[in-house]
Amino acid sequence: MQEAMIKRAKELLAEGTVNRVMGWQAGEFAYDITPTVFSSADELDKAFVYNDFCSANVSKYMIKESRKEGKILCFLKPCDSYSFNQLLAEHRIWRDNVYIIGIPSYGKVDVNKVRAKGVTGITGIHTDGPNVVVETIYGSETMVKMDVMEDRCLCCKSKKHMVYDELLGEEGEVLQSNRFEQVEALENMTPEERYEFWRSELSKCIRCNACRNVCPACTCENCVFDNPASGVANKAPSSDFEENMFHIIRAFHVAGRCTDCGECSRVCPQNIPLHLLNRKFIKDINELYGTYQAGEDKDARGPLTNFTVDDCEPSIVHHRRG
Amino acid sequence: MQVEETKEFKPTIVAFCCNWCSYAGADLSGTNRLNYPANVKIIRVPCSCRVNPMFILRAFQRGADGVILCGCHPGDCHYTTGNYYARRRMTLLFSMLDFLGIEKERTRVEWVSAAEGAKFAATMNDFVATITKLGENRRLEDIRCKKQ
Ligand code: SF4
Ligand code: SF4
Ligand code: FES
Repeated sequence: MQEAMIKRAKELLAEGTVNRVMGWQAGEFAYDITPTVFSSADELDKAFVYNDFCSANVSKYMIKESRKEGKILCFLKPCDSYSFNQLLAEHRIWRDNVYIIGIPSYGKVDVNKVRAKGVTGITGIHTDGPNVVVETIYGSETMVKMDVMEDRCLCCKSKKHMVYDELLGEEGEVLQSNRFEQVEALENMTPEERYEFWRSELSKCIRCNACRNVCPACTCENCVFDNPASGVANKAPSSDFEENMFHIIRAFHVAGRCTDCGECSRVCPQNIPLHLLNRKFIKDINELYGTYQAGEDKDARGPLTNFTVDDCEPSIVHHRRG
Repeated sequence: MQVEETKEFKPTIVAFCCNWCSYAGADLSGTNRLNYPANVKIIRVPCSCRVNPMFILRAFQRGADGVILCGCHPGDCHYTTGNYYARRRMTLLFSMLDFLGIEKERTRVEWVSAAEGAKFAATMNDFVATITKLGENRRLEDIRCKKQ
């Protein structure tokens, strides 16, 4: 895949269709993948990588990049294409300035799961059928891909591209996913258990704001969390309340727009399962207002900017489940 | 040292009332000399949909034990559709609070028109009774804001 991508990118650069390429390069370590803009064939040859560690969703970068001079080439995995489409729906991206190549994704690898198998000194990775081969300074290790796949990929919602100019590889299908199972498990607990669960999770938050910054649905120029008067601005939470407040509001602000890309949980250095908060909103929206997938149809009206006269009353929360 | 234990718990209730219906309803219940507890603090908002989820959380932070939002009946909003949007937002917010294990009885939405002074008083009495039974807000409190 990587070769095909570089080849096509060079062609598009050479013919002048685009003047930059959004892609990935390895950071200090092979698994430490960083989204990067390349502006020449040389740079592509030198640093462009695409492998099982390239899980970063680059659609959010297109907000700024599409406002620059000339077209940019952007590679989108199916789940990234949902985020991109949602940003189009919100008029955040200048579509004419982006050339999209849809690329398939068969799941990305979570380096922590690889490390948990005792593998160190990682220098590279490639897929080999149902397995991945992890190259290390001590030789290579083969493991079953499913065992080291990111959690969010294990319950992938779709392999279909929502928006593209051309496709490399085959187009997939929307999948049946069991992604709400964990939410259900929590719903079935008692309020006390849920409270304990979330206290133990949210109290780990160091307020690095990575979850906010990475989120492709979270794109305001002036964020409420940067406002010192909000009481929850850019500092380590100093009380339980601030932790709850930050997380409730963060999730609420993307409710109805969150495509469930899973980036928030991926980047959290504290491994807080933030996707459970977003998925709770998605599940509620599906159950109360009809199934809705953000990013699927860029002309659809979002569930929170819409209503029907016979929507349920908020008291439904009191009656549903125990 | 003897700690005073018999002090009766008087919950603090914050009621967001839309200017055009519920606030007028509260007024009417006053002019009709209907009783509702003095610990209900009314905050007047232009419309129920003015209420941002942050307001609700902030009220809890600053010491509320229960928060209620009152607006015009669906269909009667002064701005036509404000309360329809508020209804969805509050439903999702309350459900999220419940998901985090915060007692769901602490939040409520009621539609009260300008003519429903009696309903306003009854709603407040009922809500205060519920919260009194539930006790102090512990799960969404901010200890820094507590009176010593
Ligand atoms: S990424 Fe994790 S630690 Fe950082 S602010 Fe978000 S939840 Fe907190
Ligand atoms: S909230 Fe998380 S899952 Fe949802 S769009 Fe943002 S980063 Fe993706
Ligand atoms: S004006 Fe009363 S709810 Fe909108």
